[in-house]
Amino acid sequence: MRISSFLFVSLFGLVNAVSATPLIQHWQTASGARVYFVEDHGLPMLDVAVSFAAGSGFDEAGRPGVAGLTNGLLNLGAEGLTEDQVASRLADIGAQLGGHFDTDRSGVSLRTLSSVAERDAALDILARVLQQPLFPEAVLAREKARLIAALKEAETKPDSIAGKAFGKAVFGEHPYGWWSEVADVEKIQRPDLLAFYRTHYGARSAVVALMGDITRVQAEAIAQRLTASLPPGGADARIPPVAVLIKGGEQRIAHPASQSHILIGAPGIARNDADYFPLYVGNYILGGGGFVSRLMTEIREQRGMAYSVYSYFMPMQQPGAFQIGLQTKKEQADAALQLTRAVLRDFVDKGVTEKELQAAKDNIIGGFPLRIDSNRKILEYLSVIGFYDLPLAYLDDFAANVGKVTRKQIHDAFKRRVHPDAMVTVVVGAPQAQEKTTGSGK
Amino acid sequence: MRLLSGVAGVLLMLAAWFASAQVFEQTLPNGLKVVVKEDHRAPVLVQQIWYRTGSMDERTGTTGVAHVLEHMMFKGTRSVPMGEFSKRIAAAGGRENAFTSYDYTAYFQQLHRSRLALAMQLESDRMHNLRMSATEFGKEVRVVMEERRTRTDDEPHALMYEKLMAAAYQEHPYQHPIIGWMNDLEAMTPADALEWYRSWYVPNNAVLVVAGDVRADEVFRLARRYYGKIPARPLPLRKPFQEPPQAGIKRIVVKAPAQLPHLIMAYHAPTLRDAEQDSLPYALEVLAGVLDGNESARLNKTLVREQQIASEIGAGYDNSARGPGMFVLEGTPSEGKTVADLEAALREQLARLVRDGVSADELQRVKAQVTAHEVYKRDSVFYQAMQIGQLETIGLGHRALPVMLRKLQEVTAQQVQEAAREILKDDYLTVAVLDPQPLSASPKRSGGVSHAH
Repeated sequence: MRISSFLFVSLFGLVNAVSATPLIQHWQTASGARVYFVEDHGLPMLDVAVSFAAGSGFDEAGRPGVAGLTNGLLNLGAEGLTEDQVASRLADIGAQLGGHFDTDRSGVSLRTLSSVAERDAALDILARVLQQPLFPEAVLAREKARLIAALKEAETKPDSIAGKAFGKAVFGEHPYGWWSEVADVEKIQRPDLLAFYRTHYGARSAVVALMGDITRVQAEAIAQRLTASLPPGGADARIPPVAVLIKGGEQRIAHPASQSHILIGAPGIARNDADYFPLYVGNYILGGGGFVSRLMTEIREQRGMAYSVYSYFMPMQQPGAFQIGLQTKKEQADAALQLTRAVLRDFVDKGVTEKELQAAKDNIIGGFPLRIDSNRKILEYLSVIGFYDLPLAYLDDFAANVGKVTRKQIHDAFKRRVHPDAMVTVVVGAPQAQEKTTGSGK
Repeated sequence: MRLLSGVAGVLLMLAAWFASAQVFEQTLPNGLKVVVKEDHRAPVLVQQIWYRTGSMDERTGTTGVAHVLEHMMFKGTRSVPMGEFSKRIAAAGGRENAFTSYDYTAYFQQLHRSRLALAMQLESDRMHNLRMSATEFGKEVRVVMEERRTRTDDEPHALMYEKLMAAAYQEHPYQHPIIGWMNDLEAMTPADALEWYRSWYVPNNAVLVVAGDVRADEVFRLARRYYGKIPARPLPLRKPFQEPPQAGIKRIVVKAPAQLPHLIMAYHAPTLRDAEQDSLPYALEVLAGVLDGNESARLNKTLVREQQIASEIGAGYDNSARGPGMFVLEGTPSEGKTVADLEAALREQLARLVRDGVSADELQRVKAQVTAHEVYKRDSVFYQAMQIGQLETIGLGHRALPVMLRKLQEVTAQQVQEAAREILKDDYLTVAVLDPQPLSASPKRSGGVSHAH
């Protein structure tokens, strides 16, 4: 796409050519994996990401942490490679192995030079890590100890404490709200990881994203090589439904920090929701749009009450959270909380102005080229489009979908989907020293 | 060997890249240096303006003023009212922000390639037309205090780093945090910020970097139009700082609410003054890579994986700064191990380096990563502009970049060993230890006490 758009401009000298979107090639490997490929020879490098429906949402009830450790141990030892060999061989060729892990998606990514020797060596390691991981006992014991240390540390941090309490309150017994406790991690054994891997890392749930300096023929061979020996399993890739309507309530948790960490929210929307674009554009106006959102203007610009204040929807396979967050010094936490609630209530009640909507569209549509201006960003889009089965034309249609949103749609969507009276509020480092929990929202 | 030939191939290609490097520069009559990096992969651009002024130019009593002024730069000029700067950039589809460091202050906008004139119009306007409203200042300095609480006061590791710097430096202004001491923020006035602005925000103290899908001649033309009329002014005298020799090891303890202890060992170290002539900073850069440049590097391999003394470990060194540098080792002991155990294990690793040096494999690995990184970084127009701006503001200039890469490739195993011997001495060392405090027993901290303005 870059090449073609460049040629277009230099040949015809147009200044405002519509920015081209990358040409996405899509196919399925013999192994059953779905492949999304953008060919681009602008830089001598290749980015690869392989994703599976194996995020924390696929943990079994009562056994949180297995999915995360499975992801974490993939590149710590594979058939014929110790963890040290994985690391040193990649380092020898300047390749970088990375990962992605959230409630839905577990992935491994690779960035390598595209010169044949480096690329081959790097892909050989990626192929083994994905298809023949060993989950060595000794490595598991060590990684469990490190994870437990990190969990204990997190228990002392106000933002982690708030996030955990918020997740539990918003999602209840649903896996989106689970949090690994030390005791959960302690009981995880190697057979748990092996079983999880066999069940959730099948080729049929795999999405291979490829971006960069290879040809279609090479891409086909690579995708097959990375997935041909994945486990045969075809586990149900669905996560249980989220109970979207909650009762709400407020929790205040003591903490010696100088600031209160405030989170407000409820279950929001899923990735394939029909209200996605009205809510996305609306949220830009409420608390998503950098320095110009309503929350930023009211809390920070006009009153100097916080450095950071935001809102977002986290659209996942099932409805992820709608969340507002800020930190402010304890003495003014109650005032900031009231103000935030007032801004939200006003937004839901009255909707947005035509001027605000136009400004939001100008930014989102005008800024679209910045979303796809690097191989890394395009690779992530390929993974998301593949994983959530979005239309291949998702990027092509993005601007038009934003452009179609109306004030009425935003108002309707927020009224139906965002209920300020049935939201969870968590305040860590609460102004009142004693802990208190109330059962109903204010 | 096949692999080596591949990396060598990349080196050749990089050399060719630099030879044809599409970096252009021009200095306007008012002293503003303009550097353009053409990159036509995507129809976007970034404008960054870099002022050679950071927290190291501050004095006690007004620490944090460089960063407060950075915030105030978004608060309106004589012709662009409060809030309009951000609104106009947003309406153009742009993203914008700014950052302040010890050495510099920089502002940027990322936009479609057709919007450079708008970005230049707004940025040049606030270089000389800023309005310092007392009301806006009063609100914004409170925002900065909240930023300080979020980023430092309530973040044990950041707090530890702040106190480590204050202990390690006696004379050099790196002893003061970039965000400023809370008391200085509380006492800061609009006049302090205005004086800072008038002293340092002049074209002859700035570098304009534009990178992306632009043509250099067009950028220069627009730069002359928008920035060319801003008059130059003499700059305040910059005092030299020469940290007096440290006379022995320094140790500090920092108490904060946390679960795990933490250890930082920081050695005074030089930074580059002459990219061609210097050698020690390059050897230190490679040394940091040998210790912590990849997952198989020494510290992670021995202390986390084999001995399991640490749950987290790291080493770092940055060879580019206006002031002196630090070679830093940092880690968290594993459950059942103490910071003393970890310090002893780290010292054993350093002693091994000094005694036995580094292997050819280790050296080659670090260099291969440097080479690959040079390719990868081209995936980000923003990062390329950032590198140019940093090199310009710290005084090395962007043309030092290919020299620096070549010099890194020339580092020998013996130089690395000698660098370790020369720098990793107790007389240059400050050790900081985090002493974790239970949440319930922590004393109320002074950071959040309310105050009058």
